[in-house]
Amino acid sequence: MTERLVVIGNGMAGIRTVEELLKLDDSRYEITVFGAEPHVNYNRIMLSPVLAGEKTLSDIVLNDREWYADNGITLHTGDPVERIERGRRRIVSASGRETPYDRLLLATGSTPFVLPVPGNDLPGVVSFRDIGDVETMLEAARRHRHAVVIGGGLLGLEAANGLMKQGMSVTVVHIADSLMERQLDRPASGLLRDTLIERGLDFRMEAVTERILGRRRVSGVRFEDGSEVRADLVVMAAGIRPNTALARDAGLHCERGVVVHDTMQTFDPRIYAVGECVEHRKATYGLVAPIWEQARVCANHLAQYQIGRYEGSVVSTQLKVTGIDLFSAGDYEGGEDTEDIVLQDPRRGVYRKLVVRDDRLQGAVLYGDTDDGPWYFDLIKRGEDISEIRERLIFGRAQAEGGGDSAGGRAALMGDDEQVCDCNGVCKGAIVAAVRDDGLTSPAAVMKATKAGTSCGSCKSLVGDIVTLAAGADAVTEDKPTVCECTTRSHDEVREAIRERHLTSPAAVREALGWQEPDGCSKCRPALNYYCISTFPAEARDDAQSRFINERAHANIQKDGTYSVVPRMYGGITNPQELRAIADVAEKFEVPTVKVTGGQRIDLLGVKKADLPAVWRELRERAGLESGHAYGKALRTVKTCVGREWCRFGTQDSTTMGIELERMAAGSWTPHKVKMAVSGCPRNCAESTIKDFGVIANDSGWELVVGGNGGTRLRAAEVLCRVTGHEAVLEHAAAFLQIYREEARYLERTAHWIDRVGLDYVRSRVVDDADGRRRAHERFLESQRHTQVDPWAPRSDASAPDPEFRALRATG
Amino acid sequence: MSAAVDTGEWVAIGPLDAIPRRGARTVETPDGPVAVFRTADDTVFAVADHCPHQGGPLSQGIVSGAAVYCPLHDWCIELATGRARAPDEGSTPRYPVTVEGGTIHLRLTPEAS
Ligand code: SRM
Ligand SMILES: Cc1cc2nc3c(=O)[nH]c(=O)nc-3n(C[C@H](O)[C@H](O)[C@H](O)COP(=O)(O)OP(=O)(O)OC[C@H]3O[C@@H](n4cnc5c(N)ncnc54)[C@H](O)[C@@H]3O)c2cc1C
Ligand code: SF4
Ligand code: FES
Repeated sequence: MTERLVVIGNGMAGIRTVEELLKLDDSRYEITVFGAEPHVNYNRIMLSPVLAGEKTLSDIVLNDREWYADNGITLHTGDPVERIERGRRRIVSASGRETPYDRLLLATGSTPFVLPVPGNDLPGVVSFRDIGDVETMLEAARRHRHAVVIGGGLLGLEAANGLMKQGMSVTVVHIADSLMERQLDRPASGLLRDTLIERGLDFRMEAVTERILGRRRVSGVRFEDGSEVRADLVVMAAGIRPNTALARDAGLHCERGVVVHDTMQTFDPRIYAVGECVEHRKATYGLVAPIWEQARVCANHLAQYQIGRYEGSVVSTQLKVTGIDLFSAGDYEGGEDTEDIVLQDPRRGVYRKLVVRDDRLQGAVLYGDTDDGPWYFDLIKRGEDISEIRERLIFGRAQAEGGGDSAGGRAALMGDDEQVCDCNGVCKGAIVAAVRDDGLTSPAAVMKATKAGTSCGSCKSLVGDIVTLAAGADAVTEDKPTVCECTTRSHDEVREAIRERHLTSPAAVREALGWQEPDGCSKCRPALNYYCISTFPAEARDDAQSRFINERAHANIQKDGTYSVVPRMYGGITNPQELRAIADVAEKFEVPTVKVTGGQRIDLLGVKKADLPAVWRELRERAGLESGHAYGKALRTVKTCVGREWCRFGTQDSTTMGIELERMAAGSWTPHKVKMAVSGCPRNCAESTIKDFGVIANDSGWELVVGGNGGTRLRAAEVLCRVTGHEAVLEHAAAFLQIYREEARYLERTAHWIDRVGLDYVRSRVVDDADGRRRAHERFLESQRHTQVDPWAPRSDASAPDPEFRALRATG
Repeated sequence: MSAAVDTGEWVAIGPLDAIPRRGARTVETPDGPVAVFRTADDTVFAVADHCPHQGGPLSQGIVSGAAVYCPLHDWCIELATGRARAPDEGSTPRYPVTVEGGTIHLRLTPEAS
C-alpha cells in the first residue's frame, strides 16, 4: 500500500527533497504539498536578480504546475498549514483541509527578522524574502525615490543594489562597523564598501535604528543619535529566524531551529525536517548548498534506504551583485594558532586572504578575482595538507599546481569528484558524464540535465569549460550568434579578420571569408560596411549601397515613402535665424508636419525624396543648419537642461558642456545610435540616466554615467566615475565612444554592450587606465577628422546634382 | 517631369551607368513609379516600386544578388519573379526591361504573371 507523505512548505528545501525522493522511488508515497505562498516552487536565490531587473519572475520558476501533476503530487498553494496533530497523524490547513500522513516533512524555511521598533508595521516597510516582497519593492521603486535598507549583510546589499538599479537612491544602515562582517574580513569588507559607494550607494555604519517615522506611510528612519534619513521604502534585512512555530506548537523539540538528527528526523521519527527551519548539531544554515545535502540524506531515509547521514556543512558565500566578485569560505578570521597569507593588488582591485592552521587551509576571502574560490573551498573541505604548495598557494590553482593559467586550465585540473556547482552540488564527473554518456554537447543542455549553474549562475563559465574539455572544442554546439545566414562567423570573428587581414570593403570581407551569398543580405551588408569604416577611417571607402536607405539618403524614410529632415541643434539651443529658416523652408516646400522631437530639435516630416537636396541647401544657406543624423547609427542628440546660467538649482553650465560634447562627436558612426545628455544638477532634467553617455553636474564637477537606454527595454545608466572640468568630460566621452565603436557588435547599443562585457571592464579601460583613455580619445578625434563632414553639404550642391535623388526619365 | 505614355512600346530610360551596381532608380509611369534595378553583374530588372507587404518603395532597399530587401519591414523580393521570399507571401508586377548599347529600355506594360 502506498503511504502518505505530506510536505509543509513549497520552497526550495521541501521540493528538492521530493525531487531526490522521486529519483530513488517514485511509487512509495502519495505526496501532498502545502505552500503558504500562492506560487509554484521558484528559485528564491534569484529574487535578487529579479529585483535588479536582470531576470523576470517567469525565469525563476523551478517546477511548474505540470511537473506536480506529472508526478502525481497534490499541490495546495496559498494554504498554510495551521496545526500538526501528531496524535491523529494529520495536519489542518488554514482553509480547513484535514490531511492525514504516514510521514511528514517540515520545510517551512525562515522568517525575516523585523526590528522591534515603533513604526515597523507602517505601509512601506517590507522584508526581502519572497515574490510578494519583491513585487512591493518594484512597485515602490516606480512611485518613490528614497529607500533605506536596514542590514549590511548579503541580503541587504543585494536588496540595496537592486533598488538602486531600479532608480532609487538607497541608504544602507548597518549596525556593525563593517559590511558582511560575518562573511568578510575587514580589508575585503572595506573594498566592497568603496566599490558600492562608487556605484552610488550611501551608507550609515554603526547606526542603531530607533524608530521608523511616518504617519500613513513610512517617511523616514530615526537613529539613536537623533539623526534621521528620509525614506519612502524601508527594507528590513537584518537577519532571519528559523520558522519553528508549527513544530513548537506540536511539541517537537526546538532550540533556535527544529532539532534534527543526522537522518534529518526530528524527535518524532515520523516527522522529518529540512532547510532553513532546522538546527543540526547546533548549527542553522541560510544558504542552499547545505540544504541540498540535507535533502539528499532526507530523501534517502524517506525512501527507506537508511544509509545516508548528514554531518553538517562548511559553507561558502558569494554576493550576487553583477560586477562585484567576492567569495568567502570557512574560518576566514583565524585565531591565535593560525597564520594568514595575504595578497593585495590595489591597482587590479584584487585582495586575497588565506587562513592556514597546521598546514591545512581553514578559510579564504577573495575579492576582485574569485576564479580560484571553488578550489580553495575544496581544499578547506578536504582538509588536505598544503605544505608542498604553500608558497604558491595564494596565487591560485594554476600557479600552485602548474599547467595553464586560463579558466580552461582550471577545468582540466579539477578532479572528477570536485564540486563545480556549489548551489546544486554537481561535481565535474557528473558534467563529464552528461557529455560522454548522454551525448549532450551544448553547455545549455548539460546545465539543464545536471542543474549545474542553474541557481546563482556563478559557475556557468566553468561548466562551459568542462563541456568543451569533455566534448572537444569542435564538438561543442553552443549556437554562437552568427552575423547572419550568409556566414557561419560571429561578429567578433569578422571584426578580427577585418583588422588582421586588412580588409577595407564589405565585398573584400565577403570574399575573404567565403560568404555563402556573394552579395550578402540586408543584415550583414550594413554591419560589414560599418566594421570596415570604423576600423580604417582614413582608408575604407564607405559603400553607399551597403547602407540602409536612411543613411544612404541622410533622411528617415517614412511609411508613405517620403522622408523626414531633422537639422542639428547643438545642445538643444536654437535662435531666431534658425527658426526662421526652418519656418521658411517648411512653407516653401509645403512640409505637411513640423514637429518638436523627443531629442530637443525640430523634425520636418513628409519631404519628397527629390526635394531633399533643395531643402538641405536652403537650410544651410539661410542659417547654416547641418544634418542632425537623426537617421543614422551615429551620434544623435546631446540633450541638455538650462543649467547654471538660468536655473536656480544649476551647479554647472550644462548647455555649454552639451554643445561641446555634440561639437566633438557629431558625425561619428557607431555600432548603434548613441545619445548623450548633460544635466546641470542631480535633478537631472535632461534625463542623463537613460542615455548612452550621461553627464550630471554636482557642486564640484561632473558625474559620468553610461549604458542608459530609454527605448524598448528601459535600462538606467550606471555610474562610470566623477571628474572635474570640461576637458575631462570630453576626454572620457571620446574614449568611451571610441572603445564602444571599436569593440561592440553592430546594432548593439551601449546598454547591451555593457551588459555583455561588464561595467568593470569599461571602467578598467576608460577610468583606471589613464594612458589608454588618452589614446582612445586621440583615435576618436583622428577618426572624426575623416568623417566629421556635414553630409548634406556635398549632396545639396546645385551645380553637381546627386543622382541618388533623381528619377530616370523616359526619353522616347 | 513628363510621364511616358503607355504605348506598349519599349522606351529608353537612360544609360546603364545612371544606376549604381547593387542599386536602383525609379521611373514615373501612369501606373505609378517603376523601380529599375542593376545587380552586381549588370543584370537589369524592373518591378513596380511597391512592396506587396505595405507598399514600401522597393527602389530604396538593399539589393543583393537578384533580390531586394524592402526598406520598411525588410521583406525580401525576388526580382526575376517579383515574388516575396518565404515565409512572406505576395508578389509585385514585373516590367520587361533590356539593355542595348549601354541604354536601358523599358516596356510600360507589366508582364503577365
Ligand atoms: C522623431 C522621434 C520621435 C519624436 O517625434 O520625438 C523619433 C523617431 C523615430 N525613432 Fe525614436 N525618435 C525620437 C526619439 C527617441 C527617444 C527619446 C530620446 O532620444 O531622448 C527614444 C528613447 C531613448 C533611447 O533611444 O534610449 C527613442 C527610441 C527609439 C527606438 C528604441 C531604441 C532602443 O534601443 O530600444 C527606436 C528603434 C531603433 O532604433 O531600432 C527608435 C526609432 C525611431 C525611428 C527612427 C523609427 C524608424 O526607423 O523610422 C523614428 C524615425 C521617425 C523620423 O523619421 O523622424 N526610437 N526615440 C525622436 C527623434 C529625436 C531626435 O531629435 O533625433
Ligand atoms: C533574496 C534572497 C537571496 C538569496 N541568495 C542566496 C544565495 O545567493 N545563495 C544561497 O545559497 N542562498 C541564498 N538565499 C537563501 C536561500 O534562498 C534559502 O536558504 C533557501 O530558500 C531555504 O530553503 P527552505 O526551503 O528552507 O525555505 P524557503 O525557500 O523559504 O521555503 C519555505 C516555504 O515554506 C512556506 N511555509 C512556511 N510556513 C508554512 C506553513 N505553515 N504552511 C505552508 N507553507 C509554509 C514558505 O511560505 C516558503 O514558501 C537567498 C535568500 C533570499 C531571500
Ligand atoms: S515611438 Fe518612435 S518608433 Fe514608435 S511610432 Fe513613435 S516615433 Fe515611431
Ligand atoms: S512594406 Fe515592404 S516589407 Fe513592409
